[in-house]
Amino acid sequence: MNRVLPVLTVLFAILVIWYGAAVILNRAWVLDQAARSGTEVGFGQMLHETMTQERPVLPAPHQVAKGLWDGIAGQKITSKRSLVWHAGVTLSATLAGFALGTAAGLLLAIGIVHNRAMDMSVMPWAIASQTIPILAIAPMVIVVLASLGIKGLLPKALIAAYLSFFPVLVGMVKGLRAPDGMQLDLLRTYSASQGQTLRMLRLPSSVPYLFASLKVGIAAALVGTIVAELPAGATAGLGARLLSGSYYGQTIQIWAALFAAAILAAVLVMLIGAAERATLKRMGFVR
Amino acid sequence: MVIEARHLNLTFPTDDGPVHALKDVDLIVEAGDFVSFIGPSGCGKTTLLRCIAALETPTGGSLTVRGMTADAARQARSYGYVFQAAGLYPWRTIAGNIRLPLEIMGYPKAEQAERVQAVLDLVELGQFGRKFPWQLSGGMQQRASIARALAFDAGILLMDEPFGALDEIVRDRLNEELLRLWQRTGKTIVFVTHSIPEAVYLSTKIVVMSPRPGRIAKVIESPLPRVRPLDIRDTPEFIRIAHEVRESLHEGGRHD
Repeated sequence: MNRVLPVLTVLFAILVIWYGAAVILNRAWVLDQAARSGTEVGFGQMLHETMTQERPVLPAPHQVAKGLWDGIAGQKITSKRSLVWHAGVTLSATLAGFALGTAAGLLLAIGIVHNRAMDMSVMPWAIASQTIPILAIAPMVIVVLASLGIKGLLPKALIAAYLSFFPVLVGMVKGLRAPDGMQLDLLRTYSASQGQTLRMLRLPSSVPYLFASLKVGIAAALVGTIVAELPAGATAGLGARLLSGSYYGQTIQIWAALFAAAILAAVLVMLIGAAERATLKRMGFVR
Repeated sequence: MVIEARHLNLTFPTDDGPVHALKDVDLIVEAGDFVSFIGPSGCGKTTLLRCIAALETPTGGSLTVRGMTADAARQARSYGYVFQAAGLYPWRTIAGNIRLPLEIMGYPKAEQAERVQAVLDLVELGQFGRKFPWQLSGGMQQRASIARALAFDAGILLMDEPFGALDEIVRDRLNEELLRLWQRTGKTIVFVTHSIPEAVYLSTKIVVMSPRPGRIAKVIESPLPRVRPLDIRDTPEFIRIAHEVRESLHEGGRHD
């Protein structure tokens, strides 16, 4: 109970501020309409009309909720108007990109920990890669790959991987170096090979770091996929839904798609969190 | 002889000039000996042990272990090493931890299981193989780490202050058990400690070391019998040796 109360309080505060903002931002249109038709609107009438517009500047929470509900439950999930269908398209590319990015981050981290030349050279490039705005590079990748005949899931997954490899790389470099001198000395007394040290000590020791990275990585992969869906007139995915919403001024559709993306991210991060808790407990890292 | 060091030197370069961690160390350890290195911190007792284990490389002199270089002796699985902390992997059971060196060294599966059970029984942890490290007390964890060092039948056991982090009551019991284990197995044990009673109680040979530069101040051969009940520590003989060790430590420190 004492955990629920603060959450509800914050939620309530957000709703109040949101409704207030909706009234303020949407009022101009109501007044403008009234002035054109030469009628007067009372306060109550005005309040009502700020929350029932079809294309409000800022949709009220219940409008977004309704849009979300219509998108999720009001359509067949095979329909192009279904948010579940669009989310499914985005999710498949996100997961593919996340898998690619995690594998790349892991391999690079193993290389960095075992090879001095890679240690010196890879990290600066990895950091530089993340300073390039993804919004700038995504359309180029999509267009170049499309001209090579590669379309659909793969280009989006590549953008997602480009964003999600980095947290895994940084976390795993630290994780693979987590064993202390004594633990490494112990394996030296057995004349263990580098591969054995990696398999029996470094990889298991890095598991807590891996999960922390995966949570950041999956969120980054989702962002990458949505950004990749924006250019080149994609017709499927939450990103495409955002884009078509903004073409036609369908603000409710935009917000519904945004919330769908946020819910998807939250579910993904929660799933990784659950896997993390179970794994760390099983491996004796937490009691 | 099992271990022989002649004019062993080890200098570390530091920002303040070279540090002489070991200077002209001569040492002979015979098979079946229980040798303790004792001295204040900075006397090089752990460094000397690490040289024997080929975890450090001496900068001068010669060192042989079972007639080989330290490196070759390690490759030949000549020794088990016990660290100050048990260092058990939390993701492995006690049996799994003891199996670790056996897996690395490629023992067949059936033999692994046999050996694990044998050393578990040896350190009186026979019932605890399936437990995880966090389910065991500190003393039991250290016993498990000794079992791990014994699992692959090395003739030498190198121990770096293995009971340093334990309380005195547990320590006494583990000392007693270690002596029994030594008598039963006939291993050669080299043991680093900074406790005078521990060194005198356990050792057939006490190597007193002193710092700056790290060197051997005196080697005391213990006249105590090999079978030692705990109350041997109240005999005049024991007290005389302890006194001699204390005097030598004092002598060694006087040059400071």
